[in-house]
Parts: sequence; structure tokens; C-alpha cells
Amino acid sequence: MIKLKVNGVTRQHDGDPDMPLLWYLRDELDLKGAKFGCGMGLCGACTVHLNGKPVRSCSTPVSAAANAQVTTIEGLSTDGTHPVQVAWQELDVPQCGYCQAGQIMSACALLAKNPKPNDADIDTAMNGNLCRCGTYLRVRAAIHKAAELTASNATKPATKPAAKSASGAGANLLPRNGGKK
Amino acid sequence: MQKIEFVPRRTFLAHLVSSSAFVIGARAGAFDFNGATTAEMVSDADKAAWNPNVYLGIEPDGKVILIMHRSEMGTGSRSVLPVVLAEELDADWKRVTLEQAIGDPKYGSQNTDGSCSIRDFYDTFREAGATARIMLERAAAAKWNVPTSECKAQNHFVVHKSGKKLGFGELASLAKQQPVPKKEELKFKTAAEYRYVGKELPTADRDNLVNGKGIFGIDAIMPGMVYASIERSPVFGGKLKNFDDKDAKAVKGVLQTVTIPDLKGPTMFQPLGGVAVIANSTWAAAKGREKLKVEWSESPNAAYDSAKFKQSLLETVRKPQKVVRNVGDVDAEFAKAAKTHEAEYYAPHLAHAPMEPVAAVAEYKDGKVVCHANTQNPQAVQDTVAQALGIKKENVECHVTLLGGGFGRKSKPDYVAEAALLSKAVGKPVKVTWSREDDIRFDYYHTVAAMYMKAAIGANGKPTAWLQRVAYPSIGTTFNPTSTHAEAFEMMMGWNDVPFDIPNHRAENGPAKNHVRIGWLRSVANIYQAFAVSSFVDELANLAKRDSVEYLLDVLGAPRKIPFGKDYINHGKSLEQYPVDTGRMRNVIELAAEKSGWAKKKPTKGRALGIAAHRSFLTYVAVAVEVEVDNAGRVRIPQMDIAVDAGTIINPDRVKSQFEGAGVFGTSIALMSGITAKNGEIEQSNFHDYQVARMNEAPFQVNVHVIKSDAPPAGVGEPGVPPVAPAICNAIAAATGKRIRELPIRRQLA
Repeated sequence: MIKLKVNGVTRQHDGDPDMPLLWYLRDELDLKGAKFGCGMGLCGACTVHLNGKPVRSCSTPVSAAANAQVTTIEGLSTDGTHPVQVAWQELDVPQCGYCQAGQIMSACALLAKNPKPNDADIDTAMNGNLCRCGTYLRVRAAIHKAAELTASNATKPATKPAAKSASGAGANLLPRNGGKK
Repeated sequence: MQKIEFVPRRTFLAHLVSSSAFVIGARAGAFDFNGATTAEMVSDADKAAWNPNVYLGIEPDGKVILIMHRSEMGTGSRSVLPVVLAEELDADWKRVTLEQAIGDPKYGSQNTDGSCSIRDFYDTFREAGATARIMLERAAAAKWNVPTSECKAQNHFVVHKSGKKLGFGELASLAKQQPVPKKEELKFKTAAEYRYVGKELPTADRDNLVNGKGIFGIDAIMPGMVYASIERSPVFGGKLKNFDDKDAKAVKGVLQTVTIPDLKGPTMFQPLGGVAVIANSTWAAAKGREKLKVEWSESPNAAYDSAKFKQSLLETVRKPQKVVRNVGDVDAEFAKAAKTHEAEYYAPHLAHAPMEPVAAVAEYKDGKVVCHANTQNPQAVQDTVAQALGIKKENVECHVTLLGGGFGRKSKPDYVAEAALLSKAVGKPVKVTWSREDDIRFDYYHTVAAMYMKAAIGANGKPTAWLQRVAYPSIGTTFNPTSTHAEAFEMMMGWNDVPFDIPNHRAENGPAKNHVRIGWLRSVANIYQAFAVSSFVDELANLAKRDSVEYLLDVLGAPRKIPFGKDYINHGKSLEQYPVDTGRMRNVIELAAEKSGWAKKKPTKGRALGIAAHRSFLTYVAVAVEVEVDNAGRVRIPQMDIAVDAGTIINPDRVKSQFEGAGVFGTSIALMSGITAKNGEIEQSNFHDYQVARMNEAPFQVNVHVIKSDAPPAGVGEPGVPPVAPAICNAIAAATGKRIRELPIRRQLA
């Protein structure tokens, strides 16, 4: 039996210890945010944090997460207000969106280690995350933006999300920047 | 309402060639049809207090439900097309709810393909919104007993000139009583009145996507479902001889195995056939499949070898072939020319490799199928599943999830039929998720092509005669096994419509046979055809020692509209409405060159700019790209400037994002992607050997310059791709002197 904490909740797995963490999260815990892309750790769509470090959950057996803390995109914030998510919203990074949870988890891990990465740092850290739609430019820009947001939040007494999380589709479609541009 | 008959080949061709029939159907459907196809197939919009057309419902509380009948695979159709309707309705976006349509012919074509969601439904959605708006205004006028001319819809209300107003919700039941206005009575907003069109609105699914809450095909579940992993013949056309599933069944979690019948007749969208392992988890199904022992009969495609096939295609294009366009007398000009130049080009098969592989869950029960799939074409799902199970199309209910990329792969619903067949066999809902290996090894591949080009060189290095000859297995082979030559829609994609001003010009097409399933991939035949044409014209510029931009403009000639004949199908649109306009082509070339700093940045050793321009999906695109080639032959792309004229734009930010993405997609094609076969088997299997651009390989910067235009809207999702590879190759030629004539580049510069 394997015990682990997923997004702060204690879980136990009695099945195949070789089952990749990805399929445990998706099929057993119904956490669908981490995606399957390759099954070989080549594309990064399945990236989650294992004790704060980014791992490719498609090629990490559940047994490797025994007694560890796992964070998935669902556990990053309760309301989409993590600075990386806010930056992603502001730049409207996703196209199809499938790889974005993995991109965001890799980006968070980078920023936790390096709060002000330069372009080369970003390219190195994000190189394992494929995006077939080609959102790389906006991913890079959003990481810079998230670094700025985090820095400015740190200097402010009260933090305020820069982009409001909206509920309905219509609410989402309000003009950005007050419709100016 | 116009019914869309299922004649696979024709339906397929119709979609690529023209969706006009469907648009008429959609219009008829929008205004004459007030019910759903079957009791089960009723949308929330249909059920609303007022349902003026199939795309719109208005509730008494003012909630406006807009149906999105096209699939969202990242191109922004869900975020963009409904805006067109809401704008003319003058609805308040905050009170709009989007509902994704199930597959149903009443919506018109749902095949989200061919970069046509906007251009084929722009008028329909404008009319749908404007019709409902007039009816609301008339309902308010009747209620107040004032002339309609004194009433105007404004942001979810109808306002009288006196200032009194009624909400859309309050008016819904009254508007329902109003006669439907004729098309001539409709009034559309002017561009100055737009509140949403032309603005950079955030995308509809943005928040769900950054929170990990978007539901894709791979995420869809049905209660009690089991999981399948399917072993298929490694060679296309191999049939199941026998199999031993003893070890597979011994894997914990494996429930049973099921055979899927061999593919018979035209390939179409039928399942490939094989042996499915059914299990209680994705992982158990995959592990069970590894333990299967399967023997396949030898396929007629077992000798397929990409190296040999390349030679056969090249031999074909070295000989005269079927003429698909002829201007003047090319042979006479070649005979008397003092100087000629010729070149051969080659481009390999490609796999779509969307980040999300194809996936579907289906339940067969009492002669009906309900399924959820990441499909670009839910009506094709209905047809394909119905055919595979011998049930009626109306008995297939297809729900469309978000798509983790599509690029044309998800137009072909073989995987949904697999799930439905398996569900029928096991009596439970079945989830089919293709592995990446399945995706790369069993794709409907972008075809492999060889091109031969020859020009007679006249004064100032300009061509006086131009011959272009191409051969490739056609997409037609997927629908008609006896197909030999390219289809008219493939020739239309940058082969019989090269807009150069050359007095003698001939285009030819030679035969080729397919040995794998051939399908359409983002921008289709334009990829290799633009590669040859745009590379060869640059070769001629180099030969003439002239500036590539200046030479390209010279060969393109004066601004004019080219009167192509009836063989040129122009995506089913008339040349009056969507002319081939060299003036617009010149504009994008000049803009891309200017923005790239072309005039100032002269080539240095290992660093240079390159240019290519191409019209496809009725859109004009020019790409100016800067490349750096290091001593080891590695290519880096610091900057790409893309100029676009796609006519009327609804959301400029989504246009920009599509072209940013096209820059990356085209870079993969140029630098690293390629599928090859040996002994009939595909040699690649995952992202280590089927490579696509990563962040550090993609262009560092892509600047998209969108030309403001009030021309009718044209395509956006695909037309950015074709000019990218030749622009990169032209830049490499300028930087290194080496001309790339075969894709991908990989280590050719080492």
C-alpha cells in the first residue's frame, strides 16, 4: 500500500505500484488537469510537482510518490489566482490549451527556484514542454509577466489578482484593457 | 431544411471545395426550422422561451444562449464566431452562455476544417443576430404602440427614443409572435457601431484552461465505462491471422479481449481493425496489450520503403505528366531559350501529432450510441459510427469536447467507431485513448511529394517560361482506392493558381499510389507545393543576382485580378467575391519586408533574411524570416515577421495567435519533422524520433502584422503555414549559399 498526499489530501493506493502517477491521478483520483501526451517524459503535458519539483507523471510510478507531496494544476490555487495563472490569463496564452497545465506547472517550478529568469533560463526550463499550437512566445512572455506580478505583489501590503477569474463564457469575453487597443 | 446526404467521397470533397451548399442549408435551417431532429437532440437554445433559429435561444430572464456548432481545437472558433451573432443582436456579452452543439445536420456543416468557420458562417451568424434584433425591436414597438423606427436594440434592451426600455428577456415571448423578416429587411451595424467585433476579446475557455478544468476528449467519462487499448497491424492493410491473449488476460485489471474486424473497401473513416484489450484502467489496458501475441497476414503494402518511393516519385516528375494549367507555349520557349534552370524538390510524410491523441468514450444501448469525442466533425462521427454498427445516423448522439489540437487528424472519426464497436461487444461504455505510438504509427499521414521545376531565363533574369510538375499519393486515395492523380482541391492549393506574370506557364501532375492512409494536415497540399514554388522563384532571384523581395514582386507583376478558369475552384468561392489579387499579395510582401528591416539588414556569413509569400484559404500571407546558421549547421530563428491579409477580422488577437502558431508549426516542418516507412512499417513512434519544434528551436520572436481590410473574411487557421518553410530555406540560401531542396533540413547543413 502506498500513501501519498495529493493537493494536501492524504491518499492511498492499493493497486499496481508501477502504475504511472499520471494514470493514478487521472483514472483513480479523477484529477484530469495533468494530461497524457507521450508516456515517455518527452512532452511535459503531464507535469506535476513532487515535493515541489517538476516531474513527468507519465513516467513516474506511483511508488516513487510514496510518502511524498504531489501538487497538480488543480492544487495550484483554488480560484486561478496564482500569479502564473493570472499572467497566463492576461496574455491569453492558450490556444487549444491541452499542454497548458504542464506548461504552467513547469513555469511555477522555474519561478520558485529563479524568481527573475532571463530568456535563456526560460528556454532551458521550458524545453521539455511541447506545444503543437506554438504558444511558446506567449508562454515566455507570461513567465516574465508572472515574475513581475510576484515581485510587485511582494512589495504590496495586500495582494490583488490582476485578472479577474470569471464564471460564464460571456463574462470571459469582456474586452481586455477596458476594450482599448 | 437542406439535408446533407452521406456520400463519403462527395461530402468530403464538398467540404474542402465548398461549404456554400451547407451555408444555404444553415440559413434555411436557421430561419425555417423550429424543431430538433429527434426528441433527444434538443439543445438548451432549442428549449429556451424564444428560439428564433438553431443557433440562438433567449430566456425570460434575459439569458442569451448561443450555440457553437463548430469544434474548438485552439483556433478560437468558440470565442470568435458567436461574437458575430451577439454583435448584430446587440446582446450584452456578460449575459451570453455558450453551448457546444452535438452533431446534427440542422446546424449546417460542423466539419471544423479548411479554415472556414468564419468565412462560411459569417453571413449566417450576422443574419441570425440581425433577424432576432428586428423582431425584438418590432415586439417592443407593438407593445408601446409606437413606430419601429423609434425603437433600437442597445446592449440587451430595446430602447424607445423617449428613453423607456424593455429587456430582451421581457420581450422574448412577444418577439416570438412577430413574423420573421425577409433578408432584404435586415439592417446590419456599421463598423463604427461595433462593440465586440474587431476588439481583442479574451477567449471563451481561457480560465478553464489555465485552471486545468477544460474537458477534452481524453477527460470524458461515462458511468461504468471500461478502458480499451488496441493492437493494430503494423503495416497498413495487414489482416488479423490469429492471436493469443492468454498472457494479456492474466494482467491484473484486464477484463477481456475483443477483435475489431479488418478494414474492408475504401479506407474512409473506418476503424483499421485489430485486437482490443479491455480493462478497468488505462494502464491495465496498455499493459495487457503489451502481452498480446498477434500474427498479421502480409499486406500488399509490406514493400513500402520511403527511400525507394522517393526515387519513384522523382522519376515520375522527370517525365511529362497530366497538364493542369497551361498558358502560352512553354516547350517552344524552352527550345529557344539561351539559358534554363531546373531543380527537384522533395517533402516527406508528416504526422499531425496533436498534443492530445484521439480519444472517445461511447455507449451502445438499445440500438443507439451516445458518445463524447475530441472530434472536428461530429456529423462524420454520426455517419461513421452508424455505418460501422449498422444503425441509423439519427441514433448516434455525438457530444463534442474540447480538442487538444486537431490539425485535420480529428476530422477522421475512426477512433469513435472503435469505441462504439467495442461498447456493443462488451455491453458497457468503452473509452478508447490512442497512445502516442498509435498516433504516430497509424495516422492519416500528410502525403509525400516530389516536385520538378524548370524555367527559361530571359532579360534581367526573369523567367520567360515556367514548368512545374508534381506527384504525390492523393487524399482521394482514402476515399477511392483507384484514385491515381491529385484532386482538384489539391491542385487549387498553390499549384494551378501560381499568380506569377510569366507568358508561358505550365503546371503538371503525375500519378502516385498510396501505401498508408493519406489525410489532410494543416494547410494540406499547400505545404509542399508552396515549398517548391517559393523556393524555386528565390533560386531564380539568386541566379539573377537580384534582391529576393524585388525579384518576387517583379515576377508577381502589376496589381491585377487573375481570371482563372473553371478548373480553379477557389475554395468554392467565386472569383468575384474572393479574387486572386496580386495587389493584395504585393501588399503583404512589402509589409513583411518592411517590418523585418529587409532593406537595412544585408546578409552576412551565416545570417540572413528570406522571404516567401503564398495565398491559401483565400488569405494572403508573406513571411520574412531571419536565420542564423552556426558552424555546426544548426539553424536558429531570431525573428519572423508575418504579414496577413485575411479580409474582415473579428478578433485580431486570435488572428495573431494563429499566425504565431503557424510560424512554429511551419518551423517544425522545415527543420525536423518527417515520417518514413520501411518494409511497410512506419519508422517513427513518439516525440524522440518524430520531432516537433521546442521552445528553443521555435522562432524566438514572431511578429504578426494584420492588414486592415473590409474584404469578406477569409481563412486564418491554416494559411500561415505554407510560406514558413520556403522562407526559412530562402534565408538559409542567402546565409550559407546552400539551397535546401528536401525537407526536413535536419543535419543537411552540418
